[in-house]
Amino acid sequence: MQTLVDVKEVYSTEGLSLWYDKKQALKDVNVSIFEKQVTAIIGPSGCGKSTFLKTLNRMVELEPKITIKGRISYRGNNLYDKHYPVEQLRHRVGMVFQKANPFPKSIYNNIAFGPRLRGIKNKQLLNEIVERSLKQAALWDEVRDKLNQDANRLSGGQQQRLCLARCLAVDPDVILMDEPTSALDPIATAKVEELVHQLKQQYSIIIVTHNMEQAKRVSDQTAFFLNGELIEQRKTSELFAKPFHKETADYISGRFG
Amino acid sequence: MTLNKGSLFSMSDEPAVSTQDRLRKRRQNINVLFRRDSELRGKLAIYFGAILIILATVSLTLFLVWQGLRLFLFDGVNPLHFIFSNDWNPGDSAHPTYGAFPMIFGSFAITFLSALIATPISIGTALFMSEISRKWGNKALRPVIEILVGIPSVVYGLIGLTLIIPFIAHHGGGIGYGLLPGMIVVGLMIMPTITSIAADALQSIPQELKSASYALGATRWQTIYKVIIPAALPSLLTAVVLGMARAFGEALAVQMVIGNVTDIPHSMVNPAATLTTIITLHMGNTTSGSAFNHALWSLGLILLIMSYIFILIIRYLSRRSKVL
Ligand SMILES: Nc1ncnc2c1ncn2[C@@H]1O[C@H](COP(=O)(O)OP(=O)(O)OP(=O)(O)O)[C@@H](O)[C@H]1O
Ligand SMILES: [Mg+2]
Repeated sequence: MQTLVDVKEVYSTEGLSLWYDKKQALKDVNVSIFEKQVTAIIGPSGCGKSTFLKTLNRMVELEPKITIKGRISYRGNNLYDKHYPVEQLRHRVGMVFQKANPFPKSIYNNIAFGPRLRGIKNKQLLNEIVERSLKQAALWDEVRDKLNQDANRLSGGQQQRLCLARCLAVDPDVILMDEPTSALDPIATAKVEELVHQLKQQYSIIIVTHNMEQAKRVSDQTAFFLNGELIEQRKTSELFAKPFHKETADYISGRFG
Repeated sequence: MTLNKGSLFSMSDEPAVSTQDRLRKRRQNINVLFRRDSELRGKLAIYFGAILIILATVSLTLFLVWQGLRLFLFDGVNPLHFIFSNDWNPGDSAHPTYGAFPMIFGSFAITFLSALIATPISIGTALFMSEISRKWGNKALRPVIEILVGIPSVVYGLIGLTLIIPFIAHHGGGIGYGLLPGMIVVGLMIMPTITSIAADALQSIPQELKSASYALGATRWQTIYKVIIPAALPSLLTAVVLGMARAFGEALAVQMVIGNVTDIPHSMVNPAATLTTIITLHMGNTTSGSAFNHALWSLGLILLIMSYIFILIIRYLSRRSKVL
């Protein structure tokens, strides 16, 4: 109980609604994301999980014809304030995509991409950042001898960890993950989950997943979405043990979705 | 009786089934045969086409090589003199000379100068079409560019002759003929070619790469020059080389504006000549078998060699590893 009071909010949304053209994808969503915790987003396909995730780093604005209503505050600032510097936000909030998307560059240059954007040119410093990030992503031992090799020649699981390392290299505050293991085999999945577990010491993590077991294993909080609405968000153990809503109970027991 | 009936029934039934089966099998066999047959015919047609193209290319090359070498084999011209000397006067009946360097220089000058002005504009337009306003690019620009690609070169030459040359002459450029109008006309001609290939290359860059860049906090310009251009670089270079190949081989439009004087020009507005312009200018006037005629074939041989080199460059670029 004591710790719960101390936990800080990283994100909170109030009445967040979003339309793609005329189609509403998020309906009046109120969520709180806590610092140094893993929040899992679950729900059936098309319920708006990815959309919600993309509102948090404003990537959703790259889609055409977007309308957004409501408020998202990140560390107390309103994100959709016109003057909020979106590039700065994305330096603080990293993202790992469903499909690993390394640049067609060397492993080294993939990791150094973010730091270079922020103006870091010092070779020594870049070397240190690359090594640290790859170690954090548990990839260092596998690639230390081939940093100049094309990143696309890594295996799928290695590529996904490379993408994680790439986003860690800018020393973010929050990491957004959109089904990061859906294309990976069980062993690679276990590695990524293990990483998530370690990384939450330093970062706040939000992970979209279709896998109930994964949500149970890695997350502290779970938010269940259905048709663009947030049905409930609670501590993971409580949500899975005693869901408040019938829809949640049906979904987590595999009755639909 | 019943037993008999049963056996009769089964007897009359069984052969019927097996006949049907046999019929079906036969039809299948026929089908297989027929399919084999049409497959064979398809294969033959494809091989025939492929062999025809290869034969045509090989024989064309051999023919041009043979024709182009006659000047050196039978007329006693030193190939080095031909390539590196400036004294082009094969029409002189007393002392014909065969230094083709001014035309080689002219061809390369037109090629590089036109690529120099066309490349930035083309790549810029292609970037606009793929990254800034894809809707406008595909709706308005692309059709316009397709029309420009299809305009015959003589039209570009006419525009050069009636608009650009008077303009240059009026602004102190002598009589107006030379490399400058040539470079503008050919630059205009190859611009749509480069633009359309470059736009295709840029539009085929996967969205995920761009998302990765934006998600790391890159601006649009940073994404363009750090992710999109490097990823598309081999294809962009291919577009430029294809444009250059077109510039190198262009005859008509250049002939109309370059002045056709076989000297190394002293400035951009002095008349010059290229390999193609001299060939088209004189080919009709020489008798076959004469040294002059052989010399023109030798110019053609240089063109052929250059087009092979362009193709090699393009193949190298498209095979090149994309690690940067
Ligand atoms: N760019 C877009 N334009 C129009 N509609 C979109 C766009 N992206 C998503 N949608 C729609 O918005 C809704 C939510 O999509 P979203 O991708 O957020 O779902 P999701 O929960 O992530 O699904 P999944 O589990 O399949 O990834 C869907 O109905 C989808 O069709
Ligand atoms: Mg999704």
